[in-house]
Amino acid sequence: MYQYDEYDQAMVEARVAEFSDQVRRRLAGEITEDQFKPLRLMNGLYLQLHAYMLRVAVPYGTLDSRQMRMLAHIARKYDRDYGHFTTRQNIQYNWIKLEDAPAILADLASVEMHAIQTSGNCIRNISSDQWAGAAADEITDPRPWAELLRQWSSFHPEFSYLPRKFKIAVIAADEDRAAMRLHDIGIQIVEKDGQHGAAFYVGGGMGRTPMIAPLIKDFVPLEDLLSYTEACLRVYNRYGRRDNIYKARIKILIHELGADEYRRQVEEEFVHVKSLGIDPPKAEFDRIAAQFAMPPLDASAPDAIDRSDPDFALWVDRQVAAHKMPGHAIVNISLKPVGGIPGDASSAQIDLMADLAERYSHDELRVTHAQNIVLPHVRKADLYAIWQKLDEAGLATPNLDLISDIIACPGLDYCSLANARSIPVAQKIATRFADLDRQKELGELKLKISGCINACGHHHAGHIGILGVDRKGTENYQLLLGGSGAEDVSLGTITGPGFDEDGIVDAIERVTDKYLAERAEGERFLDTYRRVGMAPFKEAIYG
Amino acid sequence: MKLLTGNDLKSGAVIWWTGADWSIHIEDAVDVDEQGEAILAVEEAARRVNAPYIIAGEMTPDGPRPAHIKDRIRALGPTVRPDLTLKPADPTAGDWVI
Repeated sequence: MYQYDEYDQAMVEARVAEFSDQVRRRLAGEITEDQFKPLRLMNGLYLQLHAYMLRVAVPYGTLDSRQMRMLAHIARKYDRDYGHFTTRQNIQYNWIKLEDAPAILADLASVEMHAIQTSGNCIRNISSDQWAGAAADEITDPRPWAELLRQWSSFHPEFSYLPRKFKIAVIAADEDRAAMRLHDIGIQIVEKDGQHGAAFYVGGGMGRTPMIAPLIKDFVPLEDLLSYTEACLRVYNRYGRRDNIYKARIKILIHELGADEYRRQVEEEFVHVKSLGIDPPKAEFDRIAAQFAMPPLDASAPDAIDRSDPDFALWVDRQVAAHKMPGHAIVNISLKPVGGIPGDASSAQIDLMADLAERYSHDELRVTHAQNIVLPHVRKADLYAIWQKLDEAGLATPNLDLISDIIACPGLDYCSLANARSIPVAQKIATRFADLDRQKELGELKLKISGCINACGHHHAGHIGILGVDRKGTENYQLLLGGSGAEDVSLGTITGPGFDEDGIVDAIERVTDKYLAERAEGERFLDTYRRVGMAPFKEAIYG
Repeated sequence: MKLLTGNDLKSGAVIWWTGADWSIHIEDAVDVDEQGEAILAVEEAARRVNAPYIIAGEMTPDGPRPAHIKDRIRALGPTVRPDLTLKPADPTAGDWVI
C-alpha cells in the first residue's frame, strides 16, 4: 500500500489547520454561511437532512487495518456508531457536528486519510477495481496509476474550479468492476505488442443525462498518461459550460462537439502539455509502484478448501473470487444482509473487518463501488475461520451480484437532494427475495436504486434500475431494465409509468417471473432482456 | 400554516422556530405566518440557525405537521433507523412521516 511521504503528510496537515481556522471563524461569526459553504464542501462537509455529513476519501478503495479502525473510531466517537460506504468507494458519516469536524480531520490525517476533494467542482477520489493487485484476470495492478493521478489531481490549481465535478476510474482487466465507462474519464490499462498502455474513454456519466464514454484514444503510452489526462481536462476546462449546471459535465461537451472533434482538440493540447514535462521521471513512478508490490504470499499454500460445512460452502461459492496466487483467494464481504441498509456498517463491524484484514489479508481491505468490502489477499486455508467470524457479526450473507446485493443511495432518509427514499425499497425487495435458493435461481442480477436523478445509486447501470421521483409530493418509483456498468456497458430503459413503494416491489417480481419464463439455457437476466427486448417485460408489468 | 426551520449551526441538528427560540421538537413549532422572512433574517444573522427556510404545514391534533415528506423526515429522523429518531421508544412514530 502507498505510504504518505513528507509532502503528502504536510499537505494534509496544512489543510486540517486551515479548515480548523475556517470553522473557528464561522462559529465566531467572522464569516457567513455563504462564505463558509464552499470551504466546508472542499473538505467533504455537507449539510444534509439531519446534520452535517462528512464524506471521507478512500483512494481507489484501498485502506489498511489502521485506517479502517480509525473509520470505526470516528463512527463511535463523533457519529452514531456506524458509517455508510458509498458507490464511489468512500465512506460517509451522517450525524457530524460542525464543531467536531476539525478534530475528525486531524484524526484522519494521523492515519494518512482526509476528506479533501470529496465535494466541489474538482477531480474527485480516483476509483478503481476493488480486486486490483489480486485479480487473476488483470494485466497489471492499476493502483500505481490511480495513485499517480491522486497526487497529480490533489490541489491541482488549474482544476480546482472546473465547470463541474470530475470523476476518474482506472482499471487493468477486461472485466470492468469499476463502472469505468460511466466516468468522466475511464482509463483501462491495456496491452499491445507486448507493451502496456492506456485506453482513454472520456465523457461517460450517469445523473440527469446518462452517457457511455466513447473511446477517445485506444493506446496512450504509459509515460504519457498524466499529460494525456491533463490535455483531456484542459479542453474541458476551457470549453465546458459554466452557464448551465445541467450541461456542465464533460459528457455534454463531448456530445455537442462530437468525439472526433474533442479528440482532435485533445491531441493538439497534448502536444503542448507534453512539452511542459509533467509526467514523472521513471524513478518516481517506480517508487510509487514499489509500494503496491504484491505482499509476500506463499505460493505453496494449500489450494483445497474443506467444504463439509454446507453454509460455509454456500458462502465460498458466492463470495470468494480467484486470486492470481495459487492457494489464495479474494474474499468479498457483503454489507447487504436481508432487510439491512446497503453499505452501512457499525463501528464494531468495521473494527472486525479491520481485525480480519490484519490477521488474514496482509493488512489490506478494499471498498467496492457496490458498497461491499473486500479482503484481497487471503489464504484459502483461512477462509473457514474468516467465515465463522463474519457470520457471528452478520457479515456473511452469500449474495454477491444476486438480486439482494442492491446498490442504494441514502435517498430521502438522509439526503437533501433526494426526492424519494431508496433504502426502504431496497429492504422490501431484499426481503421479498430473501430465499437464497430463489436468488440463486435468478442468478446474476444487479439491482440499483437512486432516490433522485443525480443517480448516486447507479440506477441507469442496473440490470434492473429504480429511480425515485417526487410526484406531487408523493414518492413514486420508475423502473428501468437493461442497464450495465460492466464491460458490457449499457443504459437502462424506463418501462413506463411508475409505482408506489409496494407497487415497485410487485413489478420487480413480475419482471423476474417473466425472465424465468423466457430465459434460454445459461442466460443471465440481462442476456434475456437483450435478446427478447422490452415488450414482453412491459406486458408482464402492466398487463 | 407556515413553519420556520433550519439547522443548528454547531451541531447541524434540525430545529424549529418556537416564537421565541429554537427547538428540536416540531411539537414546539409555531405558525410564523407572514413574519417568517423577517425572523429568518434576524436569526440567521445572529448565527442561531443555519440554512433556514420556510415551509408549508398544517396543524393537527398531534401538533404541526409539515406538508412535504422531506420535512417530516427531518422532523423525526430517518424512517429506516427508528432507534435514531427523536422517538425511538414509539414504534408507531414513523406512521406520522408516511
